[in-house]
Amino acid sequence: MAIRERLSGNEAVAYAIKQINPDVMPAFPITPSTEIPQYVANYIANGELDTEFIHVESEHSAMSATLGASAAGARALTATSSCGMALMWEELYVAASDRLPIVLALVNRALTGPININADHSDSMGARDSGWIQIYAESNQEVYDNFLQAFPIAEDPRVHLPVMICQDGFITSHGVENILLVEDDKVKDFVGEYHPEHFLLNSKEPIAVGPYAVSNYYMETKRGQREAMKNAREVILELAARFEEMTGRHYGFFEEYAMEDAEYVIVLIGSAAGTCKAAVDRIRRTTGKKVGLCKIRVFRPFPEEELAQALKDRRAVAILDRSEMFSATGGPLGAEVRAALYSAKAQAEVVNYLYGLGGRDITVEDFERVYGRLEEIAETHQIPDMYEYIGLRSK
Amino acid sequence: MENRYNFKEVMSKEERLAPGHRMCAGCGGTVTVRAVLRALRPEDRAVVGNATGCLEVSSFMYPYTAYEDSYIHNAFENAGATLSGVETAYRVLKKKGKIDDTFKFITFGGDGGTYDIGFQSLSGAMERGHDMVYVCYDNGAYMNTGTQRSSATPQYADTTTTPAGKVSDGKVQVRKDLTAIMAQHHIPYAAQSTFTGNFKDLHTKAERAIYTPGAAFLNVLSPCPRGWGYEPSELMTICKLAVDTCYWPLYEVIDGKWMLNYVPKKKLPIEDFLRPQKRFKHLFKPGREELLSQFQAEVDKQWEALRRRCEL
Repeated sequence: MAIRERLSGNEAVAYAIKQINPDVMPAFPITPSTEIPQYVANYIANGELDTEFIHVESEHSAMSATLGASAAGARALTATSSCGMALMWEELYVAASDRLPIVLALVNRALTGPININADHSDSMGARDSGWIQIYAESNQEVYDNFLQAFPIAEDPRVHLPVMICQDGFITSHGVENILLVEDDKVKDFVGEYHPEHFLLNSKEPIAVGPYAVSNYYMETKRGQREAMKNAREVILELAARFEEMTGRHYGFFEEYAMEDAEYVIVLIGSAAGTCKAAVDRIRRTTGKKVGLCKIRVFRPFPEEELAQALKDRRAVAILDRSEMFSATGGPLGAEVRAALYSAKAQAEVVNYLYGLGGRDITVEDFERVYGRLEEIAETHQIPDMYEYIGLRSK
Repeated sequence: MENRYNFKEVMSKEERLAPGHRMCAGCGGTVTVRAVLRALRPEDRAVVGNATGCLEVSSFMYPYTAYEDSYIHNAFENAGATLSGVETAYRVLKKKGKIDDTFKFITFGGDGGTYDIGFQSLSGAMERGHDMVYVCYDNGAYMNTGTQRSSATPQYADTTTTPAGKVSDGKVQVRKDLTAIMAQHHIPYAAQSTFTGNFKDLHTKAERAIYTPGAAFLNVLSPCPRGWGYEPSELMTICKLAVDTCYWPLYEVIDGKWMLNYVPKKKLPIEDFLRPQKRFKHLFKPGREELLSQFQAEVDKQWEALRRRCEL
């Protein structure tokens, strides 16, 4: 029987770490992910976990040490947020090109400028080209479930890529919710023992990691990463299927909510989906209008074809981005979903809005307004408000 | 350890840095790496770490590696942190019974990767006390990118970012005393060496650094023929002059106790070390005598301070 608990998102991740019992965890504190290493340190201090914790002096060193540990043959992970991830940026690329199955517990927080500790996706969206698999969560249950699937995805020989498990700062990381935990022995079976194929500490086969590779090899390295990212699609779905067998909880690249007959659809990532679902329910109950939500779980690899299939025959689609990319034309999710719809020759009208930057709240009423706008756009085929900010206090 | 040093025996050990790498003729860094790795017991395995620099791009150019042991390069500023991770993995995998061989952990960085951009990562690794050796092959500038000034560059050196010119005498500042800074981390072993004569000093220090439990730091003066401007064949002579002028004293700090390993019978004037190097050519033009005497005064001051620390 699953264990019923009440945990915050950070506690849920820490609990998953305890159940997985990885080998090495270097970490440096940063709000709002700080609790994760704190909980892990407590487990270690009480003999509940034999992971070695490295008290690194920065996030750059956190990812550097994680990388060293992983290359050495250990199951290694770290946790961070925002500027912490910005400081490890260089290392994100190295980890991916070294094809190391590292897991990063990312608690999404706005990048500084001005300094802000609240949720948005500017940190992970900025790292979207780094070669990491990115899996996002709406709730504590999802971040826990995603975390249990992270190492098996990363370590699959078809993949061998690092994975970041993302949750929204404070909203998910600190909000306490009911959660169903998987029993320890089941987690152990599901995640399995780690048997690296090549590793530094194999005395029978010394290896060299991190070469200087100039123009005659660099491109092939990148293509190898691309193939791995393509392979990750089937591996992510296989693991989700295995996870569903174990828990009954279904996961895919994205969740479709009230999508069967939906004409007006919102696409977004993360915790705001909960609020959006409340809006969908209210609109359908009070007006019968056919509104739906498509919540992205896997952003890397990007599920282009599947998304396009899910969206192309709708009347209007609003893509909501929780990070700026200053292309001055929209946000990163907007750009990729629009490209997917273009490839699929979709007829749907598409608008891209930004919301929730630096933790700005988004309400059920905000979502109701967006659905209202989608109706107008579908009627008029005019989009005067492309790339508007939702919930702006002043211009 | 010192008494057992047998030059022939040590030099006939199997090389752990294979020939065929692309380091320059007359490069001190390569000599340092070979000498340090020679101090490993033949039965022990090692993981060699490396900060980005000449050594890395010349010894692990895909798909060729010059290392007989496992090797990891990560980036420029994080050799300390990277090897921390490797060493920690070793301890935990050993504890869990997943590996049984003995591994030693040695990382190499130039002065750019050690004194400057990698300083924080090094400091963290030493403070945490990982059982590893950080070896700085100090050639006194960013040689890999073409001889730009570092905090290890001696005062008045002509570098590509501190060029000597009509109104410039080269680098303005004196060098950072990194060995002392690392000793102040209260690590069990910190030492300064270079290769002179029969390599006894460097060999015994490398051996002690590798086989002292805990964090160890070794700072090895490793001249660069391109950046310093000397004849490649003069490598050993340059090192000897650095030591005999007391520009680069040989000393070690064992558990906080400072010890001078070599006091020249006759301390040579600093000009003897500077003259064979093109980077100091401008100091020998007429009218620059004052700069030379300032340089000498600085060497004297630091030598005296070191002697006091060593209670001589």
